[in-house]
Amino acid sequence: MAVIAGAPRRGLETNRVIAPGQTAGMIDDVVNTPVLVGPQRTPTWWWLLFALSLSLLGLYLVSIVRLVTVGVGIFGNNQPVSWAMPIINFVWWIGIGHAGTLISAALLLFRQPWRTSINRFAEAMTIFAVVCAGLYPILHLGRPWVFYWLMPYPNTFGMWPNFRSPLTWDMFAISAYASVSLLFWFIGLIPDLATLRDSAKSRFQRLVYGALALGWNGSAKAWQRYMRAYLLLAAISFPLVLSVHSTIALDFAVSQVPGWNNTIMPPYFVAGAVFAGFAMVLLLAVPLRRAFGLERLITLRHLDNAAKLMLATGLIVVYGYGVELFYAWYSGVEFEVFMAYNRVLGADHWWAFWALILCNFVAIQPLWFRRVRQSPWALFVISIFVSIGMWLERFVIIVVSLTKDFLPSSWGNYVPTFWDWALYLGSFGLFGTLFLIFIRLLPSIATTEMKELAHHDAHHGSDAYETIREAYYRGEVRA
Amino acid sequence: MSDTTRPGHAPAVPTRAGDPLAPDGARPVDLGRLRERLSQQRGAAYWRSLDELAETVEFQEFLRKEFPRQAAPLEASFDRRDFLKLLGASLALGGLGACARPPQPHEKIVPYVRAPEDTIPGRPEFYATAALDGGYAEGILAESHQGRPTRVEGNPDHPASLGAAHAITSATVLSLYDPDRSQQLLQRGSPRSWTQFAAAMADALGALTDGPRLRLLTETVTSPTLAAEIRALLAAHPGAAWHQWDPLHADGAVAGLRAAFGEDLAPVYDLSRADVVVSFGADFTQVGPGRLRYAKDFARRRRVRSADDDMNRLWQIESTPTPTGSLADHRVALAPADVAALAAWLARELGVADAPAAALPARVEPSWADALAADLRDHRGRSALFAGADQPAAVHALVHALNHELGNVGHAVRYVAPVAAAPALHHDGLRDLVADLRAGAVELLVIVGANPAFTAPADLGFADAMALARTTVHAGEYLDETGRDATWHVPSTHALEAWGDARAFDGSVTIQQPLFAPFYGGKSDLELLQALLGRPERSGYEVIRDAWRERVSGDFEAFWRRSLHLGVVDGSAAPTREVTRRPLDLTLPVGDDLVVHFHPDHALADGRHANNGWLQELPRPFSKLTWDNAAIVAPATAERLDVRSHDRLALRADGVEVIVPVWVQPGQAPDVISVALGFGRAAAGRVGDGVGTDVYPLRTAAQPWARAVRAERARGRHRLATTQIHHSLEGTGERRHIVRAGTLAELRQDPAHPKFVHPVTHPVSDITPDWTYDSYAWGMVVDMTVCTGCNACVTACQSENNVPIVGKEQVIIGREMHWIRVDAYYRGDLDDPSFYNMPVACQHCEKAPCEPVCPVAATVHDAEGLNVMVYNRCVGTRYCANNCPYKVRRFNYLQFAELAVNATELSLAHNPDVTVRSRGVMEKCTYCVQRISSARIQANNQGRRIRDGEVVTACQSACPSEAIVFGDLNDPASAVVAAKASVLDYKLLEELNTVPRTSYLARVGNPHPAVTGASAAAPAEAGTEGVL
Repeated sequence: MAVIAGAPRRGLETNRVIAPGQTAGMIDDVVNTPVLVGPQRTPTWWWLLFALSLSLLGLYLVSIVRLVTVGVGIFGNNQPVSWAMPIINFVWWIGIGHAGTLISAALLLFRQPWRTSINRFAEAMTIFAVVCAGLYPILHLGRPWVFYWLMPYPNTFGMWPNFRSPLTWDMFAISAYASVSLLFWFIGLIPDLATLRDSAKSRFQRLVYGALALGWNGSAKAWQRYMRAYLLLAAISFPLVLSVHSTIALDFAVSQVPGWNNTIMPPYFVAGAVFAGFAMVLLLAVPLRRAFGLERLITLRHLDNAAKLMLATGLIVVYGYGVELFYAWYSGVEFEVFMAYNRVLGADHWWAFWALILCNFVAIQPLWFRRVRQSPWALFVISIFVSIGMWLERFVIIVVSLTKDFLPSSWGNYVPTFWDWALYLGSFGLFGTLFLIFIRLLPSIATTEMKELAHHDAHHGSDAYETIREAYYRGEVRA
Repeated sequence: MSDTTRPGHAPAVPTRAGDPLAPDGARPVDLGRLRERLSQQRGAAYWRSLDELAETVEFQEFLRKEFPRQAAPLEASFDRRDFLKLLGASLALGGLGACARPPQPHEKIVPYVRAPEDTIPGRPEFYATAALDGGYAEGILAESHQGRPTRVEGNPDHPASLGAAHAITSATVLSLYDPDRSQQLLQRGSPRSWTQFAAAMADALGALTDGPRLRLLTETVTSPTLAAEIRALLAAHPGAAWHQWDPLHADGAVAGLRAAFGEDLAPVYDLSRADVVVSFGADFTQVGPGRLRYAKDFARRRRVRSADDDMNRLWQIESTPTPTGSLADHRVALAPADVAALAAWLARELGVADAPAAALPARVEPSWADALAADLRDHRGRSALFAGADQPAAVHALVHALNHELGNVGHAVRYVAPVAAAPALHHDGLRDLVADLRAGAVELLVIVGANPAFTAPADLGFADAMALARTTVHAGEYLDETGRDATWHVPSTHALEAWGDARAFDGSVTIQQPLFAPFYGGKSDLELLQALLGRPERSGYEVIRDAWRERVSGDFEAFWRRSLHLGVVDGSAAPTREVTRRPLDLTLPVGDDLVVHFHPDHALADGRHANNGWLQELPRPFSKLTWDNAAIVAPATAERLDVRSHDRLALRADGVEVIVPVWVQPGQAPDVISVALGFGRAAAGRVGDGVGTDVYPLRTAAQPWARAVRAERARGRHRLATTQIHHSLEGTGERRHIVRAGTLAELRQDPAHPKFVHPVTHPVSDITPDWTYDSYAWGMVVDMTVCTGCNACVTACQSENNVPIVGKEQVIIGREMHWIRVDAYYRGDLDDPSFYNMPVACQHCEKAPCEPVCPVAATVHDAEGLNVMVYNRCVGTRYCANNCPYKVRRFNYLQFAELAVNATELSLAHNPDVTVRSRGVMEKCTYCVQRISSARIQANNQGRRIRDGEVVTACQSACPSEAIVFGDLNDPASAVVAAKASVLDYKLLEELNTVPRTSYLARVGNPHPAVTGASAAAPAEAGTEGVL
């Protein structure tokens, strides 16, 4: 901390949520123009990435066809490892899906102005990650075609789902999260869609964006209602950020598998989700600001703040690892003790635990340094580590716990198959395809909010204004 | 061309000549061949084209393309599942007509429980008959659903069974419907009719010149009627000779009896009268005549419920771990020569003066041996000594001398006239036959049942010699290695298809009755012999009835009905014969540095069951190996040879090399490499071909059971498929308290609260309300003291509950489907551990962890306490399996039960009372809920409660040790309540507060007070088990 406190400020740009001298026109140029250009002017890198994503999506679809026709046995799952890669990937994706809503809703409620330039694509990321995540629990079912039996709906069986099962809670939590996130994202898009409509180059664009803009007219009344709705949705979304992953954590905490049966699971999972989410935000933001030339809108201040949150949540997660091991010992239960031993030193999977410590603990330590936090490519590399680490964390919790539980006679092992990896890599294709379509056809930065920020910056003096505004929110200054 | 579907007649022949389905350029079909085939078909054989009939490659290809469902193209991911290939390959629905009808009306068979007029559709009937093991009868009850046998259980009225069934016996219904069974009478590969065969035999027999021109080779024959036929054949052809060949035959037992008593006899044991049992290499509960009866009698004298009970003591001296040996109070693993030496030492010690002198083997502690001798001295007349089938004549003779000397004869041991029709040394007989074949003296060789081309000792060169006979006839259930090379091959009937008779270990005779007409055609051995006797038209029914009509006086029909109904002929047990001992003149086998020791496979026996998937996938005791045999070596020997499990070991002897994968097995005798016979078949069928390694080439006629060998690690590794992963508990095993074991002495020290049963107490805190049961509350007790881990429960459950097999690759992944498994645990020293068997099926928890986590309520608690699985509600989240601490839930990861949805032959073996599960759903033990329902319906109809003992689960019924007790916990007088009242009762993982309805009785050992140390079955400190 001393390093940060004592360090001299490295210039205006690093400390601002928007570069000085931005105007509404500049923002339109940099954000909206690439969206509205014709297909022939789509950048080459986009086509290359899109082709890659589409081929991975093809792999995903092939895997699903194989899965449905042959059965869930194409994966490496067995007795005793009934849950394996599909569930790991599910938890991994849903964790990634946390940062978007946290940035949009929580930071909006806390009036953090630095959320503005990254909230749009982070929300998109959230929705696409939830899509990727949500498909896994269905696909890993033995009979995926009857997944809807988990929902309470009037049926001729006269059967409700079992409300005692955490999987039923999951179904509610994920569907609620997905729908609220989608709604929140769309509401935020409306003024920007109207801008696109108004500056559309062709009749087709005008029609499509116009329809999506729902007749936005920019009147004061519209703005007033819009702002109120947006704030309300933010208030609704915020608890969901905490509840979704807590509920998923209950899948494990409610069971009695050693290594799953821990009360710490919900908060630990939420911290892990935010951790993984910010890693993914950075993984996307760093190339995105470069590709679209958004350095003036997504500033180093944004990266710095995201990195700080990543460090903080990462340390909470590492604390969680410590607590798990401590309680394994403190409980005195032989099964828990063995689980801890097996996780850390067991012959089959010790490597997973130590790789996890490397990725989630050792690799984030450089984030204590401002120089690292403000170096986009360093953050990019660390974020890759964190993403791998969070995948390994789920592997250690889910698979390693299941391989050796109560009766040694039933211990087993787990080896992923080609199709396990195919469905995982394929989900990147799904995510990438959706995300690339998003950045090509929709503004990946909330231009209206940015213009507001630019306006304040221009007319009220940026640093001074911000300082006063922040002081205002702290209650030190009265209007 | 006529069109008829009447069984036993030629089926329809289409009139169109050119077949549009035949691919262009396909091989023309041989119409003469087809007519021959058709003339052999039984039942309604439907077919669609000439190519189909000819079973051409092209047609098979067409079939795969046209009916992908049957060809199951997407199943290609599980390569080893040859089983599934049966679907695409076999469309011959022939015989279905036969199965749906009762046997020919003029051959009356008698249902066991009810008369035929009582037949109620949907209600099975039970017929008493017998299955053969090594030629000896074991009484069975075959369950028949509307003329379709689906299940085999032991016959409670039969002295060799008393209701129990061996694992192989329960699996026999699968073999019955095996589409790879031979279905066609062949002459050098061409189809022939029975009439043509009979005519050819008449010609061949008529043309025999004088001298030993006719040879008959059978397996062990105990059937009085078959023996009479054989004698008639021999009498009709002077100079003809009869040889017997069973690769597992205990030649040593025959020779040992001759050495000890100078005559052919059969020992019959009564273990209910033995306080001390000593076994020299005898797996007497698993192998040999009387095994099930011995298991039952032994367990009844061993069972302990309280400190007031008494129990026997077992001393086991053996080379490789056996189920019987796992119960031993004192066990020592010795090389085969050392087993003989210890027997000789003991005989001398106990006063058999003419026993050969032998030093005590180095691995046997003198104090241990002294205690053994003292124990026998203290129990004169109340002990029983056994010698194993693989022991040399000297050990058998010494054991008989010891039994005689100790006054056991007339008590726990008695002798009767030989049960086999012609006791013989099979290896000597086969050697003589081969010598005659090589001399060119044999014109006609008739092989009935045996498969010597595969099983004969390699040094005899039987297959080559067989070709020197002018004509060879092979009768067998499969077109096996011998049948392929024979001039004639005659399909044989299965035991459930034919009339016959056979004798049990004590001489009791069972008249075998068929459950239906031969499914794939085929002729019984009796009918084959009739053809050789010039009466090919006589049916087995006529033969057996005429034979018995001559033997009984009085009302024949009453005798007939009663004998068939009971499954045993009254008063047919052999009377005890007085014996006088002869002076012994024995030579003991000499030991070698490293020996290979052959043993019959636990499931495949000599290899005859190799095409039975249930048996291939049956986890072998302790190793839990499936779909392979292995070179079983002791940990010390593995170190010496520098091999680990899954390595490959080259065994060399006399220029023969066989490479076998290694399995390191605690409790194996050092420097002894045990290999199971019966694997590596070349002509077993689509399931069994090429599975495992054929070790017969290492076997010689002179040393059929053990011989010196050189062993060296071979390159590469071979992945063995086991159902338990074997690894150490890494230091925390001693606190898991899974297996609880103590000694009778410990129990008597603290009769009310033996410490070993409850080493720690667990406080119970529970917020969920208890269930209440108004009607029944089912529960089970498993007695670990008598469980040998013999797997009888496993195949019984598999057959009863339509449990699929998954194939080797899926077993390696860990997806075997058995509803009940036998967990193996070891304790103590790596070289001389104690063995513990723990059968685990669904525990039917009161507070079942699986129930609350299922999101669709597919697994729920029922009103009688069962944890039930609703298959059609299951969506396959597998959360229940994760949360089950016993890991008894089994998931259909793939369409393992594909057979069920196609009308193939094997699906006929399914129990119609049990749902066949599709892919994607969870399944597990149901406590045989279909049997409970059946009993409930019957009881309700009669306005009463279900009586104790009325519901018997499949595992319970098969168990030879009666280790499983099942019943109603709401009935205070029930056996299960009495068992649960025992101080030995404990619940597996009770600290989890799952409150299982299945509980276990702690294992109690009875070590001799003078013996301490590693080989004692139950050291004083409780619950320190380890898994290797």
